[in-house]
Amino acid sequence: MAYDYDKSIRPGKLPHIWCPGCGHGIVMKGLIRAMDTCELDRDNTAIVSGIGCASRLPGYLDACTLHTAHGRAAAFATGVKMAKPEMNVIVCGGDGDGTAIGGNHFIHACRRNIDMTYVIMNNYIYGMTGGQFSPCTPTGDKASTTPYGNPDPIFDISKLAIGAGATFVARTTAFHATQIDKLITEGIKHKGLAVIEVLDDCPTTYGRRNKFRSVVDMMKRLKDISVPVAAASKMTAEQLEGKTLTGILHQEDKPEYTAMYKEVIKRAGGAA
Amino acid sequence: MSKAKGEVEIIEKYCKGCNICVEFCPTKVLEMDLFVVKAAKPEACIACMQCELRCPDFAIKVNKIA
Repeated sequence: MAYDYDKSIRPGKLPHIWCPGCGHGIVMKGLIRAMDTCELDRDNTAIVSGIGCASRLPGYLDACTLHTAHGRAAAFATGVKMAKPEMNVIVCGGDGDGTAIGGNHFIHACRRNIDMTYVIMNNYIYGMTGGQFSPCTPTGDKASTTPYGNPDPIFDISKLAIGAGATFVARTTAFHATQIDKLITEGIKHKGLAVIEVLDDCPTTYGRRNKFRSVVDMMKRLKDISVPVAAASKMTAEQLEGKTLTGILHQEDKPEYTAMYKEVIKRAGGAA
Repeated sequence: MSKAKGEVEIIEKYCKGCNICVEFCPTKVLEMDLFVVKAAKPEACIACMQCELRCPDFAIKVNKIA
């Protein structure tokens, strides 16, 4: 049978506002499948987002959703989790929202290892605001604010998350549709901060300025640049040039923040 | 073992004509018809779900019929 997405979507919300070929819809489908696999009670699940194209995602989902200030999704989500530790908290956002404007909140959420799942859709650009370059726009590529090529080196979101202390870090692409829900499922089950970076396409503001003739070209590029972690261990540095690793990149067990905070409350003599 | 068969259902008001499904269908069931996808060869569908998985607009549903 066809997968029943309709029961997870707010009635009357489709068609969504994303451009033709935008991968955010594919990620939303993956997130719905992952929430179904984990059997999350929608009344006990908070989906938090900031501002941007990717941050429109929670608006379509029939769960407890929170659309917050630009870049502050991780901060609001931390608040939700601290007030209601039994709630499942999922954060959605784009690369600009998560690593530039909300970079500080992102790294500190990673450092605390609070039990949330951060799905970060990296489409290499600020899509909604008009195609300005983000920290993830590849060096040399064009954006509306860098018409002669972007001179800045990029942020590798997954490495940033690992460096900041996140205990589950995985990467996939919008092309690998089935891997999206598998990794988000793993992330939801993981106790601690799980970061799932999904490489995405933005045909409207990134693709047309960077010589991608169609959405399909962008999808094929995502397929070509990705190498599974297991396969990469058998490849030489030369073969890995320009490639991106996909799969679970980092996983470890560390004390979770809300549990540790409960201990602090107990020590201080408060009612836990 | 007989081959799996599928039935493609297209919700035309959701389709934005991005062409992803047409490109990734292994049996070329789908075709673009003036910015909206249509099932040109519905009998060739093998229910592999590639189009349903990758449609960003929730516009395609594939039902397994055999």
